[in-house]
Amino acid sequence: MTDKLLPIPNADTRAFWEGCAQGELRLQRCRACRNAQFPPRALCAACHAPSPVWEKASGRGRIVSHTRVHRPPSPAFKADVPYVVALVTLEEGPRIMVNLRGAAADAPRIGDAVRIGFDPPAGPDNIALPHAVAVAAP
Amino acid sequence: MTRRAIITGAADTAVGEVPGSTCMGLHAEAASLALADAGLKPSDIDGVLCAYSFTEPHLMLASVFCEYFGIQPAYSAAIHAGGATGCVMAMQAAALVEAGVCRHVLVVAGDNRLSGLSRDKAVAALAEVGHPQFERPFGVTIPALYGLVAQAYMHEYGATPEHLAAMAVNSRTHAARNPKAQMRKPITVADVLASRFISEPLRLLDCCLISDGGAAIVVSAADAARDTAKRPVALLGAGQKNTHEHLVAAPSLTEFGCRDSAAQAFGRAGVTAADIDVAEIYDSFTITLLVELESIGFFQKGEAGPAALAGALDLGGRLPCNTHGGLMSYAHSGAAGGLFHVVEAVRQLRGEAEARQVRDAELAFVHGDGGILSAHCSLVLGRQ
Repeated sequence: MTDKLLPIPNADTRAFWEGCAQGELRLQRCRACRNAQFPPRALCAACHAPSPVWEKASGRGRIVSHTRVHRPPSPAFKADVPYVVALVTLEEGPRIMVNLRGAAADAPRIGDAVRIGFDPPAGPDNIALPHAVAVAAP
Repeated sequence: MTRRAIITGAADTAVGEVPGSTCMGLHAEAASLALADAGLKPSDIDGVLCAYSFTEPHLMLASVFCEYFGIQPAYSAAIHAGGATGCVMAMQAAALVEAGVCRHVLVVAGDNRLSGLSRDKAVAALAEVGHPQFERPFGVTIPALYGLVAQAYMHEYGATPEHLAAMAVNSRTHAARNPKAQMRKPITVADVLASRFISEPLRLLDCCLISDGGAAIVVSAADAARDTAKRPVALLGAGQKNTHEHLVAAPSLTEFGCRDSAAQAFGRAGVTAADIDVAEIYDSFTITLLVELESIGFFQKGEAGPAALAGALDLGGRLPCNTHGGLMSYAHSGAAGGLFHVVEAVRQLRGEAEARQVRDAELAFVHGDGGILSAHCSLVLGRQ
């Protein structure tokens, strides 16, 4: 079986993936306009100020869309089919893409509250992919 | 005022499975057909725009094509804007002739995606559009990314699987009248809903085809168009809008740049959506077409699906749309896929569309979208 393609961190993204390996979801925040952003960049995409700073995110968010994938992109994902890909809007504002795990994947609905967790670190770059699990209703 | 560029030639090759075809061979055949259609010789061409290829990828595809075809134009460039490329090339060609840089620009694309790649390789190559660090590791495909759009759009505006299916049925209804189309067997809403899931809510028949094929147009300066063979079709207005590349970074999951690109094109042409007689709109998936019909303003939000179920997109309907059969039933061979829409609009405006002709078509709208509704380009074409 072909291995799944893992992210290769670069100068823009290394702090994000180091956070994931430590069980911590990190976002960038602009020093000038305070905008939180994802994916990471060398500048703020809202006001173009340089060097946004990293901060620990809440890890809480809501599903804004989801799809159950039946036809995978490559043989590496065949064993997982069907699996759920979701877009989650975090409490801080930015949107991230994750797989839903556990009960969250059974019958996902837009608006469901989820919490970000992490897969075990893998590969030469110690990549722990984020995923999302259900949060019990308060 | 600048005199509008004229589309003087338009043609495509056989489409579907074209045994023995190559990427450059399809380019050359489409180019020769478009030149013959215009009544021009290869030496009349002083500008060439090409796109990209999966089966013969190259950093400089326009140079590769010119070498293969045997011409040395004063201007050539390759444009990469995914599914928007066909319209972007037409818009760029018009700018070149209106600025006086060129007299006759050949716009050409083609790929043998069906016979030159396995289906698995084609799916994998397309999936590379996803963000390498923040989308692809989660197993997304292009249908998965459009499935995410579909789920969000259905949630917000109440579109249903039947509404999506109506888009596919409409394409097939048109394709049945087009002897060149790859898929001509009529389908029903029930057939679409019974086809297997690719990425929910999208099923197999919600998705475009994978095809071999090439297409080309010639865009000429207004004064140079006098010497050409066919009834002239003017490029009355064009517009573009890019809002993102990756879906994870899209400003919205339900509102896209097609609204602004179309508004620009309508404004430059001095017309409105209500004036359009025939529309050829990028339909990589049923949801793509549904979103574009509503965002561009041809239908109110939530109305395109019910209208399509009632025949609004068929001949005689309010907006005959994708009269060749579109990407879901005519063919989709990469950048040529978006050019097929332009070629069909020209045929409609010339009255050459035979059994699928929209009566007295004078104004056509063409739209291309690349990425995940990321890059948009709209054209308004008019019979002269």
